[in-house]
Amino acid sequence: MHDTSAHAVHHGVPTSFIRKHVFSLDHKVIGKQYYALALVAVVVGMVLSWIMRIHLGWNNFAIPGLHLLSSTGAPGNVLTPEYYLQLMTMHGTIMVFFVLTTAPFAAFGNFFLPIQVGAEDMPFPHFNMMSFWITFVAFLVLVSSFFVGDGPTLGGWTQYAPLSAVGAVAGPGQGLGVVLWASSIGIFCIGQLLGALNFITTTLDMRTKGMSLMRLPLSAWAWFITSIMGLTAFAVLMPACILLILDHVAGTSFFVASNLVINDQVLPHSGGSTLLWQHLFWFFGHPEVYIAIVPGLGIVSHVLITNMRRPLLSHRVIIYSMGSLAVLSYMVYGHHMFVSGMNPYSSLAFSFPTLVITIPSTIVVLIWLGSLYGSKLRINTASLFALGFISMFISGGVSGFFLAQPSIDIMLHATYFVVGHFHLVMAVAAIFGIFSGTYFWFPKMTGRMMNETLGRIHFWLSFVGTYCIFMPFHYLGIAGNVRRYQAFTDDYLIPLIPVHKFITIAALLTGLAQFIFIYNLIHSRFKGALAPDNPWEGTSLEWSTATPPPHNNFGDKMPVVYHDPYQYSVEGASTDYVMQTSPEQLKNAPDEK
Amino acid sequence: MSQADLTMQGHSTAAMAEPTFSVPAKKMAMWLFIIADTATFAGCLVAYGFIRNSTPDWPRPFHSITNVALMTLILLTSSLTMLIGVRSAQKGDKAGAFRWTMITAVAGILFAILHIREWMGMIGEGATLFHNPWGTPLFGSLFFSITGLHLLHVTGGVIALVAVGLRYKAGRYRADDLEITGLYWHFVDLVWMFVVPLVYLLNLAH
Repeated sequence: MHDTSAHAVHHGVPTSFIRKHVFSLDHKVIGKQYYALALVAVVVGMVLSWIMRIHLGWNNFAIPGLHLLSSTGAPGNVLTPEYYLQLMTMHGTIMVFFVLTTAPFAAFGNFFLPIQVGAEDMPFPHFNMMSFWITFVAFLVLVSSFFVGDGPTLGGWTQYAPLSAVGAVAGPGQGLGVVLWASSIGIFCIGQLLGALNFITTTLDMRTKGMSLMRLPLSAWAWFITSIMGLTAFAVLMPACILLILDHVAGTSFFVASNLVINDQVLPHSGGSTLLWQHLFWFFGHPEVYIAIVPGLGIVSHVLITNMRRPLLSHRVIIYSMGSLAVLSYMVYGHHMFVSGMNPYSSLAFSFPTLVITIPSTIVVLIWLGSLYGSKLRINTASLFALGFISMFISGGVSGFFLAQPSIDIMLHATYFVVGHFHLVMAVAAIFGIFSGTYFWFPKMTGRMMNETLGRIHFWLSFVGTYCIFMPFHYLGIAGNVRRYQAFTDDYLIPLIPVHKFITIAALLTGLAQFIFIYNLIHSRFKGALAPDNPWEGTSLEWSTATPPPHNNFGDKMPVVYHDPYQYSVEGASTDYVMQTSPEQLKNAPDEK
Repeated sequence: MSQADLTMQGHSTAAMAEPTFSVPAKKMAMWLFIIADTATFAGCLVAYGFIRNSTPDWPRPFHSITNVALMTLILLTSSLTMLIGVRSAQKGDKAGAFRWTMITAVAGILFAILHIREWMGMIGEGATLFHNPWGTPLFGSLFFSITGLHLLHVTGGVIALVAVGLRYKAGRYRADDLEITGLYWHFVDLVWMFVVPLVYLLNLAH
């Protein structure tokens, strides 16, 4: 069946355990599965960062039990330089792909996009199920590299050629480790492609009666725009990974130039281009940054509006800005390659759109700040994390102005300045977006409220802790501290070691604070106060259905939409909010300002 | 249109009956897949161009365009037969639609056979993924990767044509499904129109 009627999803209520909880076709269960995967991944990634930070602060500190992970990588429980890089690579890869892509986009998007557009499910539930399980397999393949051969690859999450393409001669993990890495990412790309197909068709085809595109909540818009980016970005990364695998297993040399000497060996490869990998990777890699952050923009807008009790200054400008971010994100990727040996004119050409892309980002921030100004914001954990997101996004974004200019980037490139920049602007900001979404939507997802006191403690510890970790990174970078060093023995780096010690302590404490969140999550799931259908007095469709939503989301009757998504504090309305499904006539609906 | 306008409109029409884009989800998914696959092929062809431009003495081993012209002709014709098949299906001519779909599949198989024959010829001359007698090894790597990726698409397309055709004949699929498979087939054809000039014609011996 594929007639034009929008609600042609047909799978009944599952009865078996496997169909209900494991190979579920229900987008809500799949969303939770993605969330659980991201949660496991983020804990793994965080523990890896702890190990790295301890090593950076106290070079010879023996971490009890570390040799169990790798007896060669951590003899006497102290990291070898190579193993430091291997852990760093896994930290980056796990965090970028399996946390920042899966949680804000795949997890929340799966759960709430169909509900917010008023659909029973996504159009292709089987694709949706496969999307999750393919992603899960990708995660297993990646993690398996810890336990085979000489461990995971040490090439960093960008896996720059030629070291990634020449095999074991380039160091531990550069043989089998890279093949597993590239396979994992290639598999991940397929999963995301299936997800993107579902997201886009859901948004365009499955909207309920009255739900015009402009009536979609900003979170739905963000997921929609993100899925369009995912559709094309991952499709370029996949062949790049396949070519990388061919370089390893089929004897080709796409990414290896002629006459390369590594570890005193002349390599048999000839004719390839190392820059080619960077072009292919960053053509994906830069949109990927926005794949991580745009859902956060949507979630934070959604949460803020609900708690401000009034719409943003402009609904449309936010949407257009997110759209421009998506388009521009494909045109700026060369700014990662300013010092890679590109033609300097290319640097100029990439620098310009990089500065331009700050305009839509700034517009979004200004709209948030302008809308917050004078509003009576309801302070709760979700809105606090939304404010935290804005703070991180600004702090991290400002350093982007420096890095966007090739002349300044020559000095700052590959220093901790860059590491501080992207951790604040895309990593921690996106994580704050995830937290905001979690505290906001947890009641709808599970039927129980999260503990507010623990939530606020979690927020303040995370907020202060994050700045303690990442602000000193900028200082380190300006002082010339190159990234990816496992120890600082040079003269000019030695005075910086106390800063590293401070960062390590902050990272350990901030990380510990996250266990408050995990405790809150698990405890509230079973023991939390029962949640009403609309605990935050929201207006969008997810609040008009039962908590938790029934299998087909809205029960017997599909919702009909009469209003814009954010009708708060409408003059003359009976309550301070008018739900999208409320047939109430509004005489003085707030116009766009 | 302002939010107020939208709200008012929402009242007056009570509810828009049809979604803005009433393309069936399956067909839209195929278009989206084609967009993604275009990015994949574009990535490969750009990689080819990048390496070709940065390699002095890029080999030009092809002496004749007879074979590739024949392959192109067959593939183009198969797009036409596909079109006739879809048209027949839309008119309700079930037998005709099935016949033309199968003819399309046969053309696809013919294309694949010619292509593999050409591959075998080149392999016979000593060309592999990592070595060839004409110059830089990257020629073989890129030639076999790009044409191989395309051949993979043709093979998948033939399987899809036969599977969808049979189910259409059995009444399980409708004309729309045939059309969606057709979209894919035309896309594979279109990609070939980029592969031929870039990979074959540019590498003709002077």
